[in-house]
Amino acid sequence: MIEPILIFKFALAIIVFAISLGVAAYATYGERKIAGLFQDRFGPNNAGPWGLLQPLADGGKMFFKEDFIPAASEKFLFIIAPGIAMFTALMTSAVIPWTSAIVIAGIPYQVQLADIDVGILYVFGFVSMGVYGIMIGGWASNNKYSLMGAIRASSQMISYELAMGLALLAVIMMTGSLGLNEIVDHQKGSLFGFLPNWNVFKQPVGFLVFLICAFAETNRAPFDLPECETELVGGYHTEYSSMKLGLFLFAEYINMFVSSAIIATIYFGGYNLPLIGRFITDPNTLAVVGFLVFFVKILFFIFLYMWVRWTLPRFRYDQLMHLGWKSLIPIAIINLLVTAGFLILKEY
Amino acid sequence: MSFAERTYIIPILKGMMITLKHLFMKKVTLDYPKMTKPMAPVYRGKHILKRDENGAENCTACGLCAVACPAEAITMVAAERKKGEENLYREEKYAAIYEINMLRCIFCGLCEEACPKEAIFLTDEIVKPSDLRENFIYGKDKLVEDMNHRYNFAKRQKHITEK
Repeated sequence: MIEPILIFKFALAIIVFAISLGVAAYATYGERKIAGLFQDRFGPNNAGPWGLLQPLADGGKMFFKEDFIPAASEKFLFIIAPGIAMFTALMTSAVIPWTSAIVIAGIPYQVQLADIDVGILYVFGFVSMGVYGIMIGGWASNNKYSLMGAIRASSQMISYELAMGLALLAVIMMTGSLGLNEIVDHQKGSLFGFLPNWNVFKQPVGFLVFLICAFAETNRAPFDLPECETELVGGYHTEYSSMKLGLFLFAEYINMFVSSAIIATIYFGGYNLPLIGRFITDPNTLAVVGFLVFFVKILFFIFLYMWVRWTLPRFRYDQLMHLGWKSLIPIAIINLLVTAGFLILKEY
Repeated sequence: MSFAERTYIIPILKGMMITLKHLFMKKVTLDYPKMTKPMAPVYRGKHILKRDENGAENCTACGLCAVACPAEAITMVAAERKKGEENLYREEKYAAIYEINMLRCIFCGLCEEACPKEAIFLTDEIVKPSDLRENFIYGKDKLVEDMNHRYNFAKRQKHITEK
């Protein structure tokens, strides 16, 4: 007899996997559509109604392209790199609490793949492993543009992780836990009676720092130096073609989805919506509504990624480093100290 | 610059508002295959060699169009009309070969102006693309008007004379 919790988790894993892939696929469509709309164009509109089949057409195209491996490349690493990128992108979603507990046959089930105590550390671990896919791919290509892109990616991701972690520490101190579930539970209710009790209102500076770092971690504009078409051809994926390139691009969109989910979880109350508990009492309905609320938050952040991409120009490399080391880290440290001071004041 | 200015937060938000406005603006793109721009009534496109009401060709192979052509795109060989060909050619002389090289043609319309017999006209059709240069040398087979799809140049003539 298999335990029902195992079946539930297995089904959930498949659903989360499918949703991540589906959202990532439609994020590519959304990006092109939104880019078009921002530039007074239509965007893709020929494949299916409103161009909705465009991701399928793109995927088909990717599969049928010639899969080229440069002769001078390090073959094994060249092949494995897009896989690493994809793997690390997908793994991060395991600790995200998608919605409140579902009750099946009287037993509550957490809608979260793994409720580990150190959820945030797990996320950070995989985010910093994400750099390996890019670095190995860029290095194994044996191409100067790829190498430049890979170097930029690794130094950028490492330096922005610091500020990201420092911004997050303030939230962890306030919550007193590293688990994402506790962080979400901590954001229930309302603040001063009219604001939702979300961390973004308690930690506005920390949120800003975290958001900027999240843009840098996912290599999105204005921090897309690793791919930087105008200088580096394609950056770390210059030599890649066919579905290997597709995996790299896809990993970027999955990263976008997951980081949006994490921003929504940590700073925007996850699946919480104030006062919702007053109107809905059935836990299963509440879970469905909670999931939809969470999803809307995620979609908003994906839209924000694209919005910023088509508004801001790319940073210069030294400006990027300047912003990371000389601005964001000091701001995050000051924010941390102020938060700590407030917490001590509250205690006495 | 003060600290607030150096963070660039307000300019960034302003810029994002500008892009957001563009999201809802009228699009400038023409959805081409489904919609086309309206053609000018005097658009100068592919040539046509007119026939009269009986189906006889107007062209008398005088060569004025070839002389007028600044790009020297028109070549013709004249021939004399035989007995019994009155229904094919209006005048006693006609063009046995009449070729326009569409790659040389600059679509200036001078041939149309030079023609004393109202035989050559420019239509609002576009010369079709091809991957072979030979296909752009249009002979009489492509230029002479099809009696089933006649062109009415009255409107076009009116525009030109008014100008």
